[in-house]
Amino acid sequence: MASESHAHEETLALREQFETEAQQKDASTLGMWIFLITEVMFFGGMFLAYTVYRRIYPEVFALASSSLNVYIGAANTVVLLCSSLTMVLAVRAAQLGKTKAIVAFLILTLILGGVFLGVKAYEWNEKFEEHHIPGASFHFEGMSPDQQAHAQLFFSLYFAMTGLHALHMIIGAGLLLYLIVHARRGVYANGYDTPVDLIGLYWHFVDIIWIFLFPLLYLIDRHMR
Amino acid sequence: MSAHVDSVKTYVLVFLALICLTVATTAVAFVNLGAFSVVAALGIATCKMLLVALFFMHVRHSSMLTRLIVLGGLLWLAILLLLTLGDMVSRGWVGVPGR
Amino acid sequence: MITAAAQEREHYLNQNYGLKSWLLTKDHKRIGLLYLFTVTLFFFLGGAFATMIRIELLTPTGNFVSSETYNKLFTMHGVAMIFFFLIPSIPATLGNFFLPMMIGARDLAFPRINLLSWYLLVVGGLFSLFAMLAGGVDTGWTFYTPYSTTYSNSWVIATALGIFIAGFSSILTGLNFIVTVHRMRAPGMTWMRMPLFVWSTYATALIQVLGTPVLAVTIILLFCERVFHIGIFDPALGGDPVLFQHLFWFYSHPAVYIMVLPAMGVISEIVSVFSRKPVFGYHFVAFASMAIAVLGFLVWGHHLFVATQSVYAGLVFSFLSYFVAIPSAIKVFNWTATLYKGSISFATPMLYAFGFIGLFTIGGLTGLFVAALGFDVHVTDTYFVVAHFHYIMVGGTIMAYLGGLHYWWPKMTGRMYPEGWARLSALVIFLGFNLTFFPQFILGYLGMPRRYHVYPDEFQVLHVLSTAGASVLAVGYLMPMIYFIWSLRYGAMAPANPWGATGLEWKTPSPPSLHNFDEMPIVTHEAYDYSTVIGEEIQVG
Repeated sequence: MASESHAHEETLALREQFETEAQQKDASTLGMWIFLITEVMFFGGMFLAYTVYRRIYPEVFALASSSLNVYIGAANTVVLLCSSLTMVLAVRAAQLGKTKAIVAFLILTLILGGVFLGVKAYEWNEKFEEHHIPGASFHFEGMSPDQQAHAQLFFSLYFAMTGLHALHMIIGAGLLLYLIVHARRGVYANGYDTPVDLIGLYWHFVDIIWIFLFPLLYLIDRHMR
Repeated sequence: MSAHVDSVKTYVLVFLALICLTVATTAVAFVNLGAFSVVAALGIATCKMLLVALFFMHVRHSSMLTRLIVLGGLLWLAILLLLTLGDMVSRGWVGVPGR
Repeated sequence: MITAAAQEREHYLNQNYGLKSWLLTKDHKRIGLLYLFTVTLFFFLGGAFATMIRIELLTPTGNFVSSETYNKLFTMHGVAMIFFFLIPSIPATLGNFFLPMMIGARDLAFPRINLLSWYLLVVGGLFSLFAMLAGGVDTGWTFYTPYSTTYSNSWVIATALGIFIAGFSSILTGLNFIVTVHRMRAPGMTWMRMPLFVWSTYATALIQVLGTPVLAVTIILLFCERVFHIGIFDPALGGDPVLFQHLFWFYSHPAVYIMVLPAMGVISEIVSVFSRKPVFGYHFVAFASMAIAVLGFLVWGHHLFVATQSVYAGLVFSFLSYFVAIPSAIKVFNWTATLYKGSISFATPMLYAFGFIGLFTIGGLTGLFVAALGFDVHVTDTYFVVAHFHYIMVGGTIMAYLGGLHYWWPKMTGRMYPEGWARLSALVIFLGFNLTFFPQFILGYLGMPRRYHVYPDEFQVLHVLSTAGASVLAVGYLMPMIYFIWSLRYGAMAPANPWGATGLEWKTPSPPSLHNFDEMPIVTHEAYDYSTVIGEEIQVG
């Protein structure tokens, strides 16, 4: 009987279901983009909820938003943008097979991501101390009892959306660690850069989510305060 | 996928543009533009998104299929938002007989 | 013709033995069988709940179960059937097995993600099963707020968590299929030469990928509301319960197309083979699948007609709902045209296809009834709607699924099922189905509400007919269970192409080898080109 068609030995860059490395890279990239679209729809549901309630309770949302520190938020946005730069430079280094540069840029990205998460933790802690965490002890100074529930809606959405975003960052950090370990072993030194490329796409996508979260959550009618 | 290796310069320029836009959106928030504030904020955010997507995510070098996927995702998000908001916005436009 | 005895030849079933070789497999064919096993279990679970529902409805008063229990029964029937049987059924069993083969690929693009998808379905299923056994959930499979978030004392979160996890199974399967169809087609297999089953499965995959994430986030919000009372769906806290319905139905309407599109793909295959004619209007049928996938996302508000959705939104959604019927109708016309002057044989798969065409047409037309705002106001939340969707889901999808199982059984297992018993079962199922669900149209029109177990005496006759039908239907479903298993040991050995079908999957031995094709196939013919299989007649009389 003719042997099964293992036309080739299986390697990282060429798994047995594919014919060529280019086909594998193409397919993997396509897969990541489709995954990112599912993430768009996933976050999209929360953006919808946010939009609906901001429309119904504009003043309360504006007031609640003003209790967020816009400068910290902006600074954190800059941190994340820096991490996007270092990430794309890591991808570029992988395209060129430069192991040391890959590792360096990935580590920088990881650090910047860590800074972002640290700042987020600080902000959340601030909210905790101000009793702005939804639940039994929620209380927003200066609002009537009616408006408390609506302000709680704002903060629920704030925590849900930034929380979901932070979760994606943490997963991203884990993926970066994975890449760093493999990069140090020289796995991406010979033209096989797909994992770096794909995780780069993921990282940039998470950045784009924040690019929208920042103005929507922090910048509502700032001119009024 | 892309044999194009963009230059470091390209990336840094895009990065600087992103920083400027971040500063801009923060500053603009303190100016009273009325209803236009939201448009400005979302407009700037969209520009930033396009920069990240086209340059950092290499969409400008990508295949037609990739671009179609990106557009499809945005279109589907638009469907979710617009049709639902369409309901929210138009409630109360038609009175209920007898009330 | 290859008639190699299955015992001597190495193929995907006997190449490796042992539990690990199944639980850690990367082979899409084995994964398809793992899914077959899993979804069958959930089918019988959902069927058990249906049995209890129908027994309760034999009498006008609630004497078999309490109202609270009845609420749990119809909820769990819906959850089990929709999320753990219908959604995965055709794509994950027949799709997994045959999509790669039909396009000449060795496997899917991402085999390990494929295995992960199965595990996700199993884990999700276990969570929901736990909830069912621990006391059940009583919110309806639609989980409307604020009942599900504030007032229900049942296992809402466990059930919803199970659905959440299973949702990722669906998303990953869809992702896998899309990439596979785009990037793994054999040389010469252009888009317009692909079997229509592949087109349908591809369109389904698009829906899975675009819609299911919204369900996932909806469940997260449901969870937050139930646990933290954030107010997002609670009117007492300023929230809007209709927002939940928008988010829920944004997925759940396209979900019904996830359930029916692959079924339509199966029917295209069967109708062609058993008329020995290419599908009439191939291009129209292919594009109709895509149209259904797209248009299916624009109509969800027709589930909110009486939910305080604005009248204008209702008008828009009603209008759009009529459009989505058009591609479905195009398919029915094309199948009919395929049959016209075809050389028809009445093998079991074809019997199921006939059943599908008739019953889906009724189900689909009644969909137009309920898409009309004025009519829907009267029949919404009545048995009319229940009958409508069961005609499509059961009379449509399940019939197609059974047809597909019979059609591809020889290929999957290397055995023929017993044709006589199979035809009898098909007949029993068809009769049982109609006896069960046709009375429900009448019941609904007369005003019998859904989800009620206590009803006016004058409805009893129709309910008794329906329950009688359900008993017949149950027998009909048990029969294939028995003879399929019987056939694994005692069925006639199947040749490579018992039906004389075109299609790359029939060019492999039955059962196929581990990597499907010994050599990469090169495609030179259009789909359904029967000149290439002259002499390979249908083996079943």
